[in-house]
Amino acid sequence: MTVAVLEAPVVHHARRSELAYLLATAARSRRGALGLGLTLLVVVIAIIGPFVAPHSPTEFVTSPFAPPSPGVLLGGDSLGRDVLSRVLSGGWQLLLVAAAATALGVTVGAVAGIAAAYLSGWRDSAIMRVSDVILAFPQLVFALLMVSVVGPNVVLLVLAVGFSHAPQVARVLRATALDVSERDFVKAVQITGVKPTKVMRLEILPNLVSPLMVEIGLRMAYSIVIIAGLSFIGFGLQPPSPNWGSMINENRIGVTLNSWGTTVPCLLLAVLCVGLNTFTDAVARAALGTDRADRLLLTEALGESEGVTA
Amino acid sequence: MSVDTPSAEVPRLLVRDLTVVTSRSGAEVVQAVTLEIASGQVLGIVGESGSGKTTLGLALLGYARRGLRIDRGSIELDGKDLLSLPSGELRSARGSVVSYVPQDPGTALNPSRRVGPQLREALTIHGVNRRQAADRVTELLAEVGLESVPGILSAYPHQLSGGQQQRVVIAMAFACRPRLIVLDEPTTGLDVNTQRTVLDTVRSLCARYGVAAAYVSHDVAVVREISQRVAVVYSGRVVEIGPTEELFTSPQHPYTRGLLQAVPAADQSLVLTGMEGFPPRPGQRPPGCAFAPRCPVRIDQCMTERPALLPSGRAEHLARCHLVSSSHSLLPLPKRRASLGLTASATEASVISIVGLTAKYGTNVVLKGVDLHVAPGECLAVVGESGSGKTTFARCLSGLHLDWSGSIMFEDAAVPAGIKNRSKRVLQDIQYIFQNPYASLNPRRTIGSLIAQPLDQFGALSRNEKQQRTLASLDAVSLPPDFLDQYPDQLSGGERQRVAIARALVVEPRVLICDEITSALDVSVQASVVETLSTLQSEKHLSLVFITHNLPLVRSIAQRVVVLDQGVIVETGPTESVLDHPQADYTRVLLSAAPGEPDVW
Amino acid sequence: MTTHMSTQTVTPTASRRSHPLRSMLLKRSAQGVVTLLVVSMLVFWATQLLPGNAANAVLGKSATPATLAALEEHLGLSKPVIVQYWSWLSGLLTGNPGSSLINGDPVGVVVSGRILNSAFLLVVAGVIGTAIAVSAGMLAASRRDRAFDHTSSITALVVTALPEFVVAVVLILIFSTQVFKILPATSPINPGSPPWQQPTLLVLPIITLIIVIVPYMFRMVRAVTIETLESDYVQTARLKGLSEPEILLRHVLPNIVPASVQAVGLTILYLAGGVVVVEVVFNYPGVGQGLVQAVATRDIPVIQFLVMLLAAFYVAVNIGADFATLVATPKRRVTR
Repeated sequence: MTVAVLEAPVVHHARRSELAYLLATAARSRRGALGLGLTLLVVVIAIIGPFVAPHSPTEFVTSPFAPPSPGVLLGGDSLGRDVLSRVLSGGWQLLLVAAAATALGVTVGAVAGIAAAYLSGWRDSAIMRVSDVILAFPQLVFALLMVSVVGPNVVLLVLAVGFSHAPQVARVLRATALDVSERDFVKAVQITGVKPTKVMRLEILPNLVSPLMVEIGLRMAYSIVIIAGLSFIGFGLQPPSPNWGSMINENRIGVTLNSWGTTVPCLLLAVLCVGLNTFTDAVARAALGTDRADRLLLTEALGESEGVTA
Repeated sequence: MSVDTPSAEVPRLLVRDLTVVTSRSGAEVVQAVTLEIASGQVLGIVGESGSGKTTLGLALLGYARRGLRIDRGSIELDGKDLLSLPSGELRSARGSVVSYVPQDPGTALNPSRRVGPQLREALTIHGVNRRQAADRVTELLAEVGLESVPGILSAYPHQLSGGQQQRVVIAMAFACRPRLIVLDEPTTGLDVNTQRTVLDTVRSLCARYGVAAAYVSHDVAVVREISQRVAVVYSGRVVEIGPTEELFTSPQHPYTRGLLQAVPAADQSLVLTGMEGFPPRPGQRPPGCAFAPRCPVRIDQCMTERPALLPSGRAEHLARCHLVSSSHSLLPLPKRRASLGLTASATEASVISIVGLTAKYGTNVVLKGVDLHVAPGECLAVVGESGSGKTTFARCLSGLHLDWSGSIMFEDAAVPAGIKNRSKRVLQDIQYIFQNPYASLNPRRTIGSLIAQPLDQFGALSRNEKQQRTLASLDAVSLPPDFLDQYPDQLSGGERQRVAIARALVVEPRVLICDEITSALDVSVQASVVETLSTLQSEKHLSLVFITHNLPLVRSIAQRVVVLDQGVIVETGPTESVLDHPQADYTRVLLSAAPGEPDVW
Repeated sequence: MTTHMSTQTVTPTASRRSHPLRSMLLKRSAQGVVTLLVVSMLVFWATQLLPGNAANAVLGKSATPATLAALEEHLGLSKPVIVQYWSWLSGLLTGNPGSSLINGDPVGVVVSGRILNSAFLLVVAGVIGTAIAVSAGMLAASRRDRAFDHTSSITALVVTALPEFVVAVVLILIFSTQVFKILPATSPINPGSPPWQQPTLLVLPIITLIIVIVPYMFRMVRAVTIETLESDYVQTARLKGLSEPEILLRHVLPNIVPASVQAVGLTILYLAGGVVVVEVVFNYPGVGQGLVQAVATRDIPVIQFLVMLLAAFYVAVNIGADFATLVATPKRRVTR
C-alpha cells in the first residue's frame, strides 16, 4: 500500500504573539484599514462626544423638531433638545454595555465550548443541551423576555444579551476545538499524562486564537445591534439619557420637519457596524487566508469545523 | 518488465518546452519540459514532493490549477498541438482524446451522485448516445474487473472500497479510448493486492488500446515495474530521462543517484542514505543547477551555469548535468549491503513481553491473541496492511487504546491499559512517535518548548538543565541548535519528524514506538530519518517497535519482524530469514505483490 | 502472482434508507420536546414568579388590596407553583392558552391574525430572498475575484452589518418621506383581513426583510460554492471534458444543497428575530409587534404564548433544516 506523501499545509507564520500579528496584518490590509478607521472614528466620537457637546443632552434649548440654527447646529429633537449634543453623548453607554455583554458572552461561551469539546461525554451533552434551550429564542426575544419581567435595567441587559451570545460562541469554538483535540499533537501531550485543564489551556486554547478573534468581532457587532434595537423599541437603555437607538425612534415621527435627529444616529450606527464587521472580516482573512476565511463563515453558521484553525 | 519499444515511429506524444508558472508572480513551477512517449508505452515521471510532477501531469492535458497557468510550450498529440486549440476544442479533447486518473478516487468521484451516471457521463458528453453509453459501460466494467460486483452502478461512491473506486475512475478514463492517459499516483492508499490489480489493469488496457501513458509517482519501485521509460523531475525540470532498467541500474544524474540510494529493497538488506537539504521553491532557485547546493560532486561551473539535457554516452539516455557528456558517463552505483546489527543475545531478558493481546473497537475484534517480545536494543518491525491491527497494537502498547485484554509486561512489571493508570516510570520509558509530522507538533509552540515539554512532566529540572537536555536531544537527531526558537511551520516534513523523535528521546526512554513514522515522507527524507533512528538505536541501546506496511523498508531497519494479518501473527523471526524464506502464505503474497524486483526464490 | 478480484458486494440502498432518517427524526423530536419543556419552565418562571406579579402589573396604580386579592384569585396566583404551571401548560397543549389580561379576549383570537401577517412576510421575503441569494452566490463564486464577485461581496459585507431597524428607517426616508414619497411609511394592515389585500403596505417591510437576509445567505452560498469548485471531483469533471455550466448544474448544485438548506434554515431563524424590530418600525400587526405590545402592557398570557410559539418555531425549523440536509447528503443517510 502506498501512502500519500504529505505536502506541508499552508500555515501562516506563527509568531510569539499571534494576536498582535493578526491585528497588525488585518490593519494593514485595505479592508482592515478601512474597517478600523471607521470603527475608531465612531468610537472616538462616542467617547469624546460628551465632553465637547455644546449643550447638556437633557436641556430644552429650542422648539420640537426645530430646523438647524446657530448654536443648535442639527436642530431640535422631539422634545426640543439639541440633536447635536444628544448625538455626541449618545454613544458611550451603548458601547460600554455592548462591550460588557460581549466580554461576558465570549468568556462563558469559550469556556463552555472548549470544555464540551475536550471533555466530551456527558459534559458535552449537558452543555449542548443547555445551549439548545437558550438558542431556542432569537436573541432579541430572549432579552425582551428578561426585560419584560424585571424592567429595563442595565445590569440585566448586560446579562441577558451576554448569555444569549454564549451558546453561539460555544458552538463555534466547540467545532474548532473538536478539530484541534483530534490532532496528534494533543495526543502527544496526553500520552505523557498531562492533566486535562492544562492540556486545554496550553495546547488547545492557543490554537483557537483565530476563531476567537473573529467571534469577538462578530459578537460585538451583534451586541451593538441588539442593544440599539432594544433601545429603539423602548426596552433597552432608558430615556431621558440619550442613546442612538432610542433617538432614532423618538425622532422619526418628526422626520419631515427635522430629519437630522433620525439620520445622524442612523449614520453613526451604520458606520460603526460596517466598520466593525469589515475589520473582523479582515482579521479572519489575516488568520486564515481568503479561502478559509470564507469557510469560517460556514463554521459560524453550521457549527462544523474542518481545518479552520491555522 | 522493461522492454524498450523501438522509437522508429513518430512518437504519439511530443512535449516541447512546456512551462507552467504561478499567475501572480510568474515563478516557474514546471520549467521547459521536453519529453516524448510512444504508442502503447508508459513513461514514468518520478519526483519527490515539491518537484512539480503533479502540475506537469495536469499540464499534459492543457490544464492548470487555480493560481497557475501554462505559459508556453507545445503538446503535440499525433501531430496536433493541444495548446493551440481553442478552449472549446481543448475541453472536448479532455476525457475523449486525453484523460486523467487522479490520485485519490474517494474525492475524485462526486459523493452526491451515483456511480452509474458518473460513468455514463464520461461517454455522453462526448456525443455517445445513451443506449450505446450503457453498453459501453458494461464493457468497461468488465475491462477493469468489476463486472461481478452487483449493484455497483446504483451505488454511491462511499459505498465502494478504495480499490473499487479507483477502478471506476480508471474505467472513466479509458471510456472513450483515449490516445494519451495521465495517471497521478493511482495506487496511493490501496493495499498491496489491490495495488497489484490496478497496475495490471492499467498495463493491459494501455497495451490493448495502444495508449501512451504518463505515470506520475514518488514511488520508485512502482515506476520501475510499470514503465518502459522514466523521467526524473527535480524542482520543475527533467533532470534525467531514459529507458527504465538502464536508468535504474546506471543512473547518471547525482540527484537520481542520491534518490536511488535511499530506496529500500525487499530482497536485500541495504543501507539507506538520505540527502541533506530540500529542493528550492519556484521563484527561489539558485543560478546554475537547481540541485547544486545539495550535490556531493558539484564543480564551480554547476553553481553558475545551468546545464542542458544531453545524451550521456548511451542512446536515448539523457541527463542534465555538467559532469555528464557523450564521452563520459558515471559508473553504476555501488552495492550498499548492510549489516543489520547484532540480534539480541538470548540471555538478555526481553524489555517488552506481550502475551495473548486481544483488542476490540466496540464489538469488532481487531487483535486476536497476539504474542510477541522485544529484546533490549533491538528493532522489531510489525508489518501488515490496513485492517491488520498493527496501528491498534501500537495504540494499546502506548496507552492510547483502552479496550484490550491479555498481558503487556514492561521489564517484568505489568502495564495497565490507558495512560491514567500507568506509572510515571512506564510513561517515561515507553515513548510514541506519530505518523503525520505536520500534525504532531503544536504549531503555536517553539521547537525548544515542544522538546522540553516531557521534561516538565517527568521531573523538576532547572531551566539550564532543561536547555542542556533539549540541545543534547536536538544534536542526537542531527538538527542544529538554532532550531530551538523556530516554529514547526518553518521546518520541512523530515525535520519535523526528527523533532518528534528528539521530543521522545529527551526523557531517555527504553522503548520507542514508531507508528508508520516515515510513511508520509519522501523516499530520501525517509532514508535520513531511518539513518538517524538506526544510529540512535545503537548509541543508546534503544528498543524500537517499528510499525509499517512497507516490507522493503523493514529490511533496512529491523532485526526481527512480525507479520500481522487480520489481527493474527502469521509469521515471526529474524528479518533476513523471514523475507528470504517466507513460511506463511500471507507473507509470500505480501512479498510477491510488492512492486519492484521479481520473485526471489 | 495471485490477483484478487474484489467481489465485495455493495449494500443495496433502498432498504437502508429509512433507518438513519427515521431514527434521526425521532431522536431530534424527542430532544426538541425536552428543550421546549425546559423553555416553558423558563418562560413560566420568568413571567409568573418574579417580583411584581401579574395582578399588580395589570392593575397598576389603581390596585387596592381588595381588587388585588380578587384578581389574584381570578388568575389563580395563590395556588401552589406546580399547579399554576401545570394548568398553564396543559391549557397550552390543549389549545386553550388563556386570555389576554388587557381586553379579556382569548389569546388565540388576539394572536391568530398576527401569526398570519408575520408568516406571510416571512414566506414572501424568504422565497424571494433565497432565490436572489442562491443565484447571486453561485454566480459570484463561479466568477471569482472578477467584477461581479468583488462588488457583490463588498456590498454583502456592508449591508449585513447594518441593524435591521436602520435599514428600515433608511428605506422609509428614501421611499416615503424625504426622497421619493411613493410608499406609505407605516403598514397598519386591517385586522381581520388577510395581508395580501393591501399590497402597497407590504412593499417596504418585505424589501427590508429581503435586504436583511440576502447578504448573509449570499455569503454562505458563495463560500460553499467556492469550496465545491475547488474540490477534486469538480477537477475530475473538468478533466472529463465538462463545460463550466454543465459542472455547475450537475456537480456543484447537488453538493451545495446541504449547506444551502442550513443557510436557509438559519436565515429563517434570523428573520424571526429581525421581524420583531421591522414590525415595530412599520407598525405592522404581526407577532413581533404583538410581543412588544404585550411586554409593554405586561399582558402575561400573550407573552407566554408568543414566546412559546417562537421557541417551537425555532426548534421545528432546526429539525427541518437538519433533516433536509441529511436527505440531501447520501454519504450520511446511506450506509455501507
